[in-house]
Amino acid sequence: MQPILVFVEQANGQIKRTSLEAVSEARRQADIIKTEVIALIIAEKAETFVKDAGSYGANKFLAVEGADFKEYLTAAYTRAVLAAVSKVNPIAVLFSATPNGKDLAASVGAELKISVIQDCITLGYDNGAFIARRPIYAGKSIITVKALKSPALVTLRPKIFQLGVANNQAPSVEKLAVSLTADDKRVKLKEVVQSRQKKIELTEADIIVSGGRGMKAPENFKVIEELAGVLNAAVGASRAAVDSGWRPHTDQVGQTGKTVCPTLYVACGISGAIQHLAGMSSSKCIVAINKDPDAPIFKVANYGVVGDLFEVVPALCNELKKG
Amino acid sequence: MNVITCIKRVPSTETNIRVGPDSKSLDTTGVEYILSPFDEIALEEALRVKEKLGTGDVTAITVGTPDAATTLRTCLAMGADKAVHIKDADAYKRDPFAVASALASVIKTMPYNLILCGKQAVDDDNGQVGAMLARLLNIPFISLITKLEISGTNAVIQREISGGYEVLEVTLPAVLTAQKGLNEPRYPSLKGIMGAKKKPLEEKTATFDSDTIETVKMEYPPSRPAGRVVGKGVEAVPELVKLLREESKII
Ligand SMILES: Cc1cc2nc3c(=O)[nH]c(=O)nc-3n(C[C@H](O)[C@H](O)[C@H](O)COP(=O)(O)OP(=O)(O)OC[C@H]3O[C@@H](n4cnc5c(N)ncnc54)[C@H](O)[C@@H]3O)c2cc1C
Ligand SMILES: Nc1ncnc2c1ncn2[C@@H]1O[C@H](COP(=O)(O)O)[C@@H](O)[C@H]1O
Repeated sequence: MQPILVFVEQANGQIKRTSLEAVSEARRQADIIKTEVIALIIAEKAETFVKDAGSYGANKFLAVEGADFKEYLTAAYTRAVLAAVSKVNPIAVLFSATPNGKDLAASVGAELKISVIQDCITLGYDNGAFIARRPIYAGKSIITVKALKSPALVTLRPKIFQLGVANNQAPSVEKLAVSLTADDKRVKLKEVVQSRQKKIELTEADIIVSGGRGMKAPENFKVIEELAGVLNAAVGASRAAVDSGWRPHTDQVGQTGKTVCPTLYVACGISGAIQHLAGMSSSKCIVAINKDPDAPIFKVANYGVVGDLFEVVPALCNELKKG
Repeated sequence: MNVITCIKRVPSTETNIRVGPDSKSLDTTGVEYILSPFDEIALEEALRVKEKLGTGDVTAITVGTPDAATTLRTCLAMGADKAVHIKDADAYKRDPFAVASALASVIKTMPYNLILCGKQAVDDDNGQVGAMLARLLNIPFISLITKLEISGTNAVIQREISGGYEVLEVTLPAVLTAQKGLNEPRYPSLKGIMGAKKKPLEEKTATFDSDTIETVKMEYPPSRPAGRVVGKGVEAVPELVKLLREESKII
């Protein structure tokens, strides 16, 4: 059987957790169809990442190295994935459904003339074909999609697939030489600007505390930030809070913002409009704090508190600090 | 500067999604349609580029069913100069590669310096047509842009990344995908709406590659337990924390 190839993404000197989830899922599929998992790492120096990864079930690492691969750039990385695909002739290529993973999968797909099954939440193999389930309409519906061509190109949604057990055996590493054409270097990276406070990424957060129009003013978000601090949570916002200029666009949760699925989502002063619900209804537990008992957010909240958030949220902080 | 914007007609974000009788596709009864929100941002940016440089045309193009003409008229009303309709009764059943290659085949015959797409269409949430299109046209690709500055054939772009942004530079033409934050789209003016009727809307046909992925089932997400109110005001807080700790064991 042809192997499963997994693209392993690194950022800030570390392998992304979601890529380890992808390797783990590849292992589970490979055990079912009795094949190997080959992890592809693209970096300036790949070796260090291989060691960090343990193996999570990869039989082998392919490493594409060089200064051209220091930071993610779609064209260069596409060339590297295509080289790996032609080397190992995989039955499927798995990526994480991160922004870069999705771009890369699509770009590779265009060359292979195969559509990508993006943002999958389950993966399976049935009657000689990969089958995956993925949310559409920001989670208002789930579709089951079958790959009709090989390799199947699949991106896996972060935080859905279970991490396997790292066996800490460093698997063998084979270097793959990839040379870029002038066309592959047409986009130049000038600068990377990170926000000063180290923020937890919304789509990868275990807990999210969000504020909406009920926050009334940008400075009031300190109440939310305090709760987020106690819970070690990321801060999100409704579109109303973003459009009012209180929060950056990157914080928006919903159909035209981020789709999130944390274990705990705390909605403060958010009414629960359909576009907001679409982005957060798959959260495991939802807490809503709203002064309007008829707010639609209470329909999806596991635990609702009817009341003024400026009283309830600080009280919640204090209660949690009691331990 | 000639700018092409790829746009898609999608169900309004207000839509209560219902599964159709074939259990594979959307029940479209009573569904209202809009220009996909990220495509609206892409079109707005195209209009701003043209207004700033003072030359060139903005063209909106879609692969759509016959009724997508209405959405193209909306684009013309917002200020696009021309519209191209790649008409196809099965447009919304085609897979992303088939759509991207149909777009590429038609765009190849048109003059362009820049192509703007949405980050994703808010129906299928695929986020792949833009990247595919760039590859098929063999031009550079940058996704999730939140700022665009053009001087001559040079573009400096901010792209959203985890926890910040990166600054990229590229020589046009390129395909860029619009992220929220790039701009605030305008509403069509009354004059724009009147004028849209007289602007050219060209119909084209394309041959479509056969699908490489197939939707076999559409279903509802698992339903959530009915909402439960713990109590009112600060008095409810100890109970809430107890439930989070002991019942759902989250903290
Ligand atoms: C095309 C399109 C796309 C959209 N995409 C998104 C999206 O991605 N994400 C999104 O969030 N929205 C989106 N929206 C907007 C959405 O329809 C709602 O307008 C928005 O979610 C409302 O935000 P909100 O709940 O913060 O504000 P409101 O609906 O105004 O609700 C504020 C709530 O705060 C409560 N409140 C006020 N004061 C207090 C207090 N002191 N204590 C406790 N509670 C209080 C009120 O009771 C009320 O329920 C979209 C809309 C459109 C048309
Ligand atoms: N049928 C279509 N016609 C024209 N452009 C499209 C079509 N589908 C997708 N696009 C463009 O590609 C972007 C990404 O779409 P998608 O990959 O379907 O999420 C959209 O925001 C549009 O700019």
